[in-house]
Amino acid sequence: MTEGPPRRRVAVTGLGVKAPAGTDLEAYWKAVRDGTPTAGPIRRFDPEILPEQFRFACEVPEFDLGPYFDFKEARHADRAAHLGVAAALDAVADAGDLGAVDPARCGVYAGCGVGGLMSMEEQNQILHNRGASRVSPYLVPMMMANATPATIGMKLGWSGPNLCVATACAAGTHGVGEAYMLVRYGLADVMVGGGTEACMTPLAMSSFGRMGALSPRVNDPEHASRPFDPDRDGFVMGEGAGFLVLEEWDHAVARGARIYGEVLGYARNTDAYHITAPVPGGAGAAACMQMALADAGIEPSDVAHVNAHGTSTPLNDASEAQALVKVFGERAVPVTSGKGVTGHLVAGAGAIEAVATFLSLRDGVVAPTANHDRDDPELAIDVVSGAAREVAPGPVVSNSFGFGGHNASIVLGPAPA
Amino acid sequence: MDRQEVLEGLADVAVELLGVDKAQVTEGARFDEDLDVDSLGLVEFVMAVEDRFDVKVPEDKLEGITTVGQAADLVLEMAGSPAEPAETGPRGPNAVSGAG
Repeated sequence: MTEGPPRRRVAVTGLGVKAPAGTDLEAYWKAVRDGTPTAGPIRRFDPEILPEQFRFACEVPEFDLGPYFDFKEARHADRAAHLGVAAALDAVADAGDLGAVDPARCGVYAGCGVGGLMSMEEQNQILHNRGASRVSPYLVPMMMANATPATIGMKLGWSGPNLCVATACAAGTHGVGEAYMLVRYGLADVMVGGGTEACMTPLAMSSFGRMGALSPRVNDPEHASRPFDPDRDGFVMGEGAGFLVLEEWDHAVARGARIYGEVLGYARNTDAYHITAPVPGGAGAAACMQMALADAGIEPSDVAHVNAHGTSTPLNDASEAQALVKVFGERAVPVTSGKGVTGHLVAGAGAIEAVATFLSLRDGVVAPTANHDRDDPELAIDVVSGAAREVAPGPVVSNSFGFGGHNASIVLGPAPA
Repeated sequence: MDRQEVLEGLADVAVELLGVDKAQVTEGARFDEDLDVDSLGLVEFVMAVEDRFDVKVPEDKLEGITTVGQAADLVLEMAGSPAEPAETGPRGPNAVSGAG
């Protein structure tokens, strides 16, 4: 156990998602548990501007903004905030009556990689086509990445710590983990932590495509996201958000809250190596997982399963597998990735995966990795595939790794039996 | 373009941007108190009005404009302004159709 200030126990009492395949918890979890891929043709914008091979993604089904925003608020917020605010408010509703809490000790940490990119792209077109005088006066609050946590704080009237974490694809786990640290060290009593992203836009998809990061499987989108499979050829862009309510344990117990489980430990570090490529051998990721386990005070052999970052890119999955072998040994722990179902939600990813992990613990199963049709002989890990596997609930390590070399590992535990 | 057309147009813009009922957008309706338009909202509203009527509303002219009726007068004044010949503007004929 790492030394430091006294620690408080942190319960997870509310979950919310606006994700591909599900805008409520059970629909989302059913798709993940069944391994049902969600990728399909892009409908949210005319994809003709994109190279043909990239004209597919994992979109969030339409949902009514009415319960979350009034008419003007909805018009003046980007899709990233629509998804994020809705998921966070769902999580708070799911937590039930929080009882007496000091709003100054309640806060929001939200991961967001790029902010309101679609709004920025649309207004940039207006700037060039019609001039500066036609640019929306609302563009700044629409495109700023912190619009989501700011809006959640306003809606809840929570005036405590409120930050946006911008660590690319790692930001969702950072959002949960950093929020957890505040409650753990007594700097807040209730936090909403998670992440949101809506960078399924023409510009973002063009640039991810130019990097070679996206799967080009436009003729077979359902099978494009295939984490750890030897035929993986890139990630599939997804959009969406997930949030968790993190609550001081005794407070949750005293109010009779339904407790999904708890956060047992957390770590973050950086490869300090390359702006987009993981350090060869996964040394940074391995160190991060080891620190998270030490923080939780458990051994690798205590871990029931790993919710991997598993993006379906050749590079990520290889280095993450190497890191897993370094930490746990060869094929020593069941590994799953939800990205075969949801695609890669960037800053939303780690957050919806934490949500899935608690539902997995609730049901005593590990969801399969969709489209993992066979083991990659180069990767010595036990990938859960085909169907959900019954696994006794125990500590789960959930990983997220981001461009920039940012790593995040969080250890999540089941509710007491 | 007559005053009634302008009022109709302003009501349409308000419905579209603010989500209010058209019936709320009376001549005497105040932007801040009755229609809940803040400073950014006013900038957006003016922009939409300029597009709709193909007029240019200089910022200094907005001083003292608090009601829909005053805004209609300003639009008429600007439409008649020789410095901004609305009829020859590129979007003139469509922008003043008043339909909708």
